[in-house]
Amino acid sequence: MPRTPIEPRFKIEYLSILDSEGSLDTALEPDIPPGDLKRLYRAMVLGRRLDERMVRLQRQGRIGTFAPIKGQEAAQIGSVFALRRTDWMVPSFRETAAMLWRGWPIEKLLCLFAGRLEGGQPAPDQHDLPITIPVATQLPHAVGLAYAAQYRGDDVVVMAYCGDGATSEGDFHEALNFAGVWHVPVVFVVQNNQWAISIPLKKQTHSATLAQKALGYGFPGIQVDGNDLLAVYAASREAVARARHGEGPTLIECVTYRLGVHTTADDPTRYRSDEEVKAWERKDPLPRARAYLEKKNLLDDGLEEQVDAEIARAVERFETMADADPLTIFDHVFAERPAHLEAQRAELRERLGADPPRRVDEERPLPTPMRGQRKTSRWAN
Amino acid sequence: MAVMTYREALNLALREEMRRDPRVFVMGEEVGLYEGAYRVTQGLLKEFGEKRVVDTPICESGFTGVGVGAAMLGLRPVLEMMTFNFAILALDQIVNTAAKMLYMSGGQYNIPLVVRGPGGPAAQLAAQHSQSMETYFYHVPGLKVVRPSTPADAKGLLKSAIRDENPVIFIESETLYAVKGEVPDDPDFTIPLGQAIVRREGTDVTVVAYMGMMYRAMEVAEELAREGMSVEIVDPRTLRPMDTQTIVSSVRKTHRAVVIEAGAGFAGMGSEILSFITEQAFDDLDAPVERVTGENAPMPYARNLELLKTPSKAKIAAAIRKVCNA
Ligand SMILES: Cc1ncc(C[n+]2csc(CCOP(=O)(O)OP(=O)(O)O)c2C)c(N)n1
Ligand SMILES: [Mg+2]
Repeated sequence: MPRTPIEPRFKIEYLSILDSEGSLDTALEPDIPPGDLKRLYRAMVLGRRLDERMVRLQRQGRIGTFAPIKGQEAAQIGSVFALRRTDWMVPSFRETAAMLWRGWPIEKLLCLFAGRLEGGQPAPDQHDLPITIPVATQLPHAVGLAYAAQYRGDDVVVMAYCGDGATSEGDFHEALNFAGVWHVPVVFVVQNNQWAISIPLKKQTHSATLAQKALGYGFPGIQVDGNDLLAVYAASREAVARARHGEGPTLIECVTYRLGVHTTADDPTRYRSDEEVKAWERKDPLPRARAYLEKKNLLDDGLEEQVDAEIARAVERFETMADADPLTIFDHVFAERPAHLEAQRAELRERLGADPPRRVDEERPLPTPMRGQRKTSRWAN
Repeated sequence: MAVMTYREALNLALREEMRRDPRVFVMGEEVGLYEGAYRVTQGLLKEFGEKRVVDTPICESGFTGVGVGAAMLGLRPVLEMMTFNFAILALDQIVNTAAKMLYMSGGQYNIPLVVRGPGGPAAQLAAQHSQSMETYFYHVPGLKVVRPSTPADAKGLLKSAIRDENPVIFIESETLYAVKGEVPDDPDFTIPLGQAIVRREGTDVTVVAYMGMMYRAMEVAEELAREGMSVEIVDPRTLRPMDTQTIVSSVRKTHRAVVIEAGAGFAGMGSEILSFITEQAFDDLDAPVERVTGENAPMPYARNLELLKTPSKAKIAAAIRKVCNA
């Protein structure tokens, strides 16, 4: 018997519409209304400016460690724009720009990274999950949400984010496998930013693309220029439409780059070259989108200043918030408070009555900062 | 009251809760057509259909994560682990998400999830299938942990677990599925989580034991009664939250205690029970508390070795005699 090919449908496309030189494929250009284009660009600018501001806040010790998004604005905004408000958004830990788009207030995100519980709390009508730290664990949740939505008869699509590193985790594969078998309306957005902390993509996988991993699970995958807002949106719109029409899941690999640190506790000069970063800076999604809007005469004067003022107001609101109430340690452990926690809470309350806590900034310094973390005013003196 | 097996009691609990609440659904490996590795889900596919009795690919972490996701959208998943030993593959989803999501979401998403299946030593299931898995879970804030010893408890506690708003780890036993007992018929019969029960009243010594060890202790108690010793047996039933009060009151009455656990000992359930007895009832004790545990080794496959590895009646009796004669 001869060997017969049985799976000849191996096809992975790379989609690029607006490249870093500014050339535009008008045949593929999605028809985005001018008002939306303005909102999208503004969201990218907000993502970038807040990111920069948050890095400074972290360096000053006003918020804790977080994962900056610089360079990934198009991948996030282009994809999340394809969702309806009633759809579900499942982030990893590096989706600040997409979360802002979904309606997380800036001060809430600051709260989140200042370690306050309310920072992780989506509004009751918001169909968003909080960030997740264990890599890839959010992907099965996305499938569960989609299953539950079908079970209940809700007309929703679930969009779930992860990084390139996450594609090596078991939960990534288990989630994709489930999504394929169940044919659920999930769009997996992989932000391939080339690095998982210090591990480059080539040490993460021997696969030519991450998009092709979807094929093994029986659904389509597409690779897009993740720094091209139009390409990301075009692919996401198509995937969301497929999901909504019962055609099952899609994986979108956004080829992008993390221009900044992995988290504020990281020093990337230890593992990657300046030349590499510079080469990617030339593909920065922001100037590319800006030039596109400029050509269409859609750029608003003073946009950056407006955005900065919005951030400044939010930072001010955040700064006036009191430290977390010590007794909240015992909140949300269980849906109700069992006797043993009630007892511990009463004991802490009594102890605090005798020795009231000082404000966090009066506390003694943390002994050793995390590797790469600079000593900050709050912790250094 | 009807007399039924532990397995039938679990099945009835699932059936009643699925009839009562359309949000309840069952998911796991082989739970549908095959009706469960131990036939606990017998007949459910037929009655409730594929949407509510869901066969999954073999992926404990994946289907637990899917359960967490579904719970966030308001469903009440009951997941079956073929054996709880495989729940180790889902440990991250249970510990880091099921138990933490309410907290991480600032109170927004509670996870009304039940993870159930058999665990603990059985008959020649060997090293990777015989572990007392509760040890991996009761340490985790946010999880409730149940070990039901009788058919009535199996039914009443499983129903409470399904109605609970938190993730509940519900560990049955292969050795108990065929045990028969009286079970209330009332579909509203439940047993609250967190209530221990005095299985046998006595005055000389309190023995704390659950599952197979509880039955073994009962036999020992009958034998020692012939020597004039009066043994009280308390079964915690729920390990988290633990009903410390019932256990401590019993010790205050008898002034002596023996704690039995089937697992490998070190930092096992017995350690915790022993410490709260000592913390809360030290002055009432007439003798140091004795702890009887399995040997600190993997479970052997050979039957003769397996019997030596788990606490035997002789070992339990010796511990009881020791505290009573101290
Ligand atoms: C299960 C798990 N393993 C390891 C880590 C530590 N860790 C945090 S982020 C990260 C890299 C993730 O890389 P990638 O998925 O590419 O996302 P990126 O950080 O690039 O956005 C690692 C290893 C973790 N959070 N969770
Ligand atoms: Mg990465």
